[in-house]
Amino acid sequence: MPPIRVLVAKVGLDGHDRGVKIVARALRDAGMDVIYTGLHRTPEEVVAAAVQEDVDVIGVSLLSGAHMTLIPKIAALMRAAASDAALVVGGVIPDEDVAALRAAGAVDVVLQDAPPDEVVRRVRAAAAGRGQ
Amino acid sequence: MLDPDEIDRIRAEREAWEAQELRAFLARQPESQPEYRTVSGLPVKRVYTPEDVAGTPFEAIGLPGRWPFTRGPYPTMYRGRPWTMRQIAGYGTGEDTNQRFRYLIAQGQTGLSVDFDMPTLMGYDSDDPRALGEVGREGVAIDTLDDMEALFAGVDLEQISVSMTINPTAWILLAMYVALAQSRGNDLNRLSGTVQADILKEYMAQKEWIFPIRPSMRLMRDMIVYCADHMARYNPINISGYHISEAGATAVQEVAFTMANAIAYVEEVTRSGVAVDRFAPRLAFYFVAQADFFEEVAKFRAARRVWARLVKDRFGAARAESMRLRFHCQTAAATLTKAQPMNNIVRTALQALSAVLGGAQSLHTNGLDEAYAIPSELAMKIALRTQQIIADETRVTSVIDPLGGSWYVESLTNEIEAAVLDILRKVDEMGGTIAAIEDGWFQREIAESAYATARRRASGELPVIGVNKHVEPAAPSPVEIHRVDTEVEGRQLARLKAARAGRDEDRVRALLDRLGAEARDPARNLLPVTIELVRHRASLGEIVNRLRNIWGSYVERPMF
Repeated sequence: MPPIRVLVAKVGLDGHDRGVKIVARALRDAGMDVIYTGLHRTPEEVVAAAVQEDVDVIGVSLLSGAHMTLIPKIAALMRAAASDAALVVGGVIPDEDVAALRAAGAVDVVLQDAPPDEVVRRVRAAAAGRGQ
Repeated sequence: MLDPDEIDRIRAEREAWEAQELRAFLARQPESQPEYRTVSGLPVKRVYTPEDVAGTPFEAIGLPGRWPFTRGPYPTMYRGRPWTMRQIAGYGTGEDTNQRFRYLIAQGQTGLSVDFDMPTLMGYDSDDPRALGEVGREGVAIDTLDDMEALFAGVDLEQISVSMTINPTAWILLAMYVALAQSRGNDLNRLSGTVQADILKEYMAQKEWIFPIRPSMRLMRDMIVYCADHMARYNPINISGYHISEAGATAVQEVAFTMANAIAYVEEVTRSGVAVDRFAPRLAFYFVAQADFFEEVAKFRAARRVWARLVKDRFGAARAESMRLRFHCQTAAATLTKAQPMNNIVRTALQALSAVLGGAQSLHTNGLDEAYAIPSELAMKIALRTQQIIADETRVTSVIDPLGGSWYVESLTNEIEAAVLDILRKVDEMGGTIAAIEDGWFQREIAESAYATARRRASGELPVIGVNKHVEPAAPSPVEIHRVDTEVEGRQLARLKAARAGRDEDRVRALLDRLGAEARDPARNLLPVTIELVRHRASLGEIVNRLRNIWGSYVERPMF
């Protein structure tokens, strides 16, 4: 089986990249193909990269509180681009926003304090459900 | 220093103890770990004795307010007055944050500290498409001088010191602060406070940048020189280890990387012909108080000694004021947990105590809800009360550097200092701080430490109560959190529009052209023209855009 391909992205203006780098490295150590966008990407840039790289999972990290604006936008752009990648959100997200993010199109929302192995497990699960 | 015979006698006694009491005891009950280390990874012994500081002359420890300042920058420390209790605040519009300021002052806070929203930090106006969803969310939104007026309404700038956590756009906020003070008839030489303005640690750790490194350094120089000329009590920079630590660095790396940045700033300013003793007394520092209590106390002491020696030996400073390190401290946000949030009060109290025993000049204690929201009013009040309890009830403030002379703390202070100097030598060999940033060296080192910490947390080797030890089933949070006011963006956009409608457009355009021309001449100081610009209601984003067209943007090579 080919390795799971993951695009790990930071959108918006926040520069907190401690978590996203740990996630990227944990996924790579678990045998996945990981592409990291770097900081301050726009939703358009992230979706374009995901389509071009034909990834199974888009992992978006946000610690700025702008997730309720930016995640629905990414989901809408994915639909417009007919991307069937699984969208996973991580970062500092209030519990009460999780359901809304799932309704907007995120297949999973991984909150802070999730250890690296749990992130790997949930990304695998998301990839297995790609396109569903 | 004890005489060698005395040390020999102590060694003999320790060896006898190890052979008798200790050996017998270990045979019955082994210790819980094969080896013990600080959170930074420095090995620690079972017990310390005078042998461990036998090579440390008293002069290296010394007395407070005297070379090499190990014990504190001032001779009386908290006996004169306690540290400045400075809780950071910022959300919504200037009016919103102004209300929080008034609340905190009413609760006994003694300094102000401003947190800005992401667009303000990154140089975008609130109506920029990049600002969508971020206006007034993580801090206060500032576009024009009108917002600054609202932010500081009713606050006497000559009476209270104000710290602004702002970096790539720091010179614009400093210009607004000056313009506001001038419009009120304040004396600039009576203003106290600081802008963070530490751009190098942004490239290393916090990742809020606009321009490439070289023009950014020029802006730092312009601020330092402007303040040396016009603002006698103002700190034009807060050289910050906090964010380096929050990004994952160890305590040793935090101090070493901060010092590497400080060296680069001093070099930048002295290169322009300003003598070190003219500006070094106003350079201020900012460190975290992490979880390892004694390591943190030793870290602050070591940082003071390293800085004193650097400024004197490397840069030839002659004034004692240039050599004494003063620092603001914040407890460690990254140690706070979403699980069992009340535990965060205890973590913060212990971290705050280490800052006080380490001799901090000002302190922010984190809110218990910091792990998932910007702090509520109640969370901030508890955090402030924590400081007040330490200051007024514990009596730890009666004696200066009360852990000085502890064989353990002195030994750890020596070890941290030596490890910091090792890293600084390495940075010099790489061609200096900026070259090492461009190579990504600091960034890789920080990411390595962060990953190692995540692994140690996951394995339980680094216990985190409520997360990997003493875990409870998830419960609804007992804490009422700060909710974002959804009307903020609309109100902010309306004020920006009004500011633009009411200004002299030709004047703003002419000043922006002047800014562009002066930016092309590296010898010019950009503060005066920026002060004129903000006075005439040029917006932050307009000023940044003009310079971005000239200098370009910084682009980081993504790596992990």
